[in-house]
Amino acid sequence: MTTKKVWIVGLATTVMTAMLLLAGTPSVTANDQPSAASVDVKIDNFSFGPQTLTVSVGTTVVWTNRDDIPHTVVSTEGVFKSKVRDTDEKFSFTFNTAGTYPYFCSVHPKMTGKIVVQ
Amino acid sequence: MTNKNQDLIDQRLQDDGVDRRGFLKCMAWAGTGLLWTLSAGIPSSRAFSKSHGHETGKGGDFSFVQISDSHIGFNKPANPDVTATLQTAINKINAMPHKPDFIIHTGDLSQLSKPSEFDTLDQALKGATAKQIYFVPGEHDMLSDNGEEYLQRYGKGTKGAGWYSFDHKGVHFVGLVNVANLKAGGMGSLGHEQLEWLEGDLQGRSASTPIVLFAHIPLWTIYPDWGWGTDDSEQALSYVKRFGSVTVLNGHIHQIMQKIEGKVSFHTAMSTAFAQPAPGTAPSAGPMKVPADQLQRVLGITDVNYLVSGSSLAIVDSPLGNSSSSASGIGVVVDSLLG
Repeated sequence: MTTKKVWIVGLATTVMTAMLLLAGTPSVTANDQPSAASVDVKIDNFSFGPQTLTVSVGTTVVWTNRDDIPHTVVSTEGVFKSKVRDTDEKFSFTFNTAGTYPYFCSVHPKMTGKIVVQ
Repeated sequence: MTNKNQDLIDQRLQDDGVDRRGFLKCMAWAGTGLLWTLSAGIPSSRAFSKSHGHETGKGGDFSFVQISDSHIGFNKPANPDVTATLQTAINKINAMPHKPDFIIHTGDLSQLSKPSEFDTLDQALKGATAKQIYFVPGEHDMLSDNGEEYLQRYGKGTKGAGWYSFDHKGVHFVGLVNVANLKAGGMGSLGHEQLEWLEGDLQGRSASTPIVLFAHIPLWTIYPDWGWGTDDSEQALSYVKRFGSVTVLNGHIHQIMQKIEGKVSFHTAMSTAFAQPAPGTAPSAGPMKVPADQLQRVLGITDVNYLVSGSSLAIVDSPLGNSSSSASGIGVVVDSLLG
């Protein structure tokens, strides 16, 4: 009996700890809240829109190339780097750490953008 | 390609009083005896003298053709069949009365650096009667693995990202690469290593040696907002200042632009694939859609003639659809459209 009760208490603590961890770590996306996790950046006319995007930690940013010319999405500081994206192709990256992430198109380096994660 | 309006010069005025197409048509007359010279960037014409005609073909004289921006693999409305227009360009080169010694392709051979795109380009170029073809890469040719695919195919014997030089009948040619390792916010870039190589390559050459520099992105600043320039081109151009004749041939902007600065004449070529808007006249530099029957009028090739007697290069651009043209003289530029 005693042993069983201890086990149950132990299990409950583990579950609660896990739940607390989940609640306190926004980078883990809860299954019932998928909509908060994704934000779009459109590539139109050789520019990223919006050029500066502010998202919360854990957000996945999805870039879509809508030009007739291929582009890339490359972090200036080497954090992420897409393959070449032709018309209508996408690239996504999930930002799990707060900070400012400047990026550019390595094919057309005049194209620059910034993701601010907070 | 015949068009009843083909020989009319459009009188719509631009800065110089002649619209671009009219200007190009004037240029195309060079083959029938009108010589265009450029002085301080302003074109003027005079009749082709007989003596000039006789000089062509003398020992040492030669010509070569520049083609550019073939974008094999592009299939959007601006040109759904870029292989066909490249073929038209090759046919036009093959039909030239004076056979070019070689062809220079100033980059963007492909749209996406795919092996199949390079294969298609190679297949088409096999049909050129000029067997020697020199390449430099455009940014579209370096899209995968830092340009490995390009370098394996076209970079044999080159340095760094694919730069090299060669001599032909007394003229020194330098192929430069300004599309590798581009920096955020910047334009084209040659980089320190290549600049050092260039300085060494030119060192010790006689100042009377005609120099031809060719690269994909213009080596002069045309429109920084669209990245139409090369951040460190000034450095490169400082190395050629002492030479008596310098010709700079570029692509990338899919339209003809030219400028003379001292002994240096700059020239950009038309694309064989699609046109791009004039600087600042559109939201971006993306492919410009024109009516299908107008397409070959905005595509073309560039014929460059070197005459030993004049120690000068003549540049002739031809539309894909017209008969080819020729000209001679210092800084002569004649552009020919495909159609």
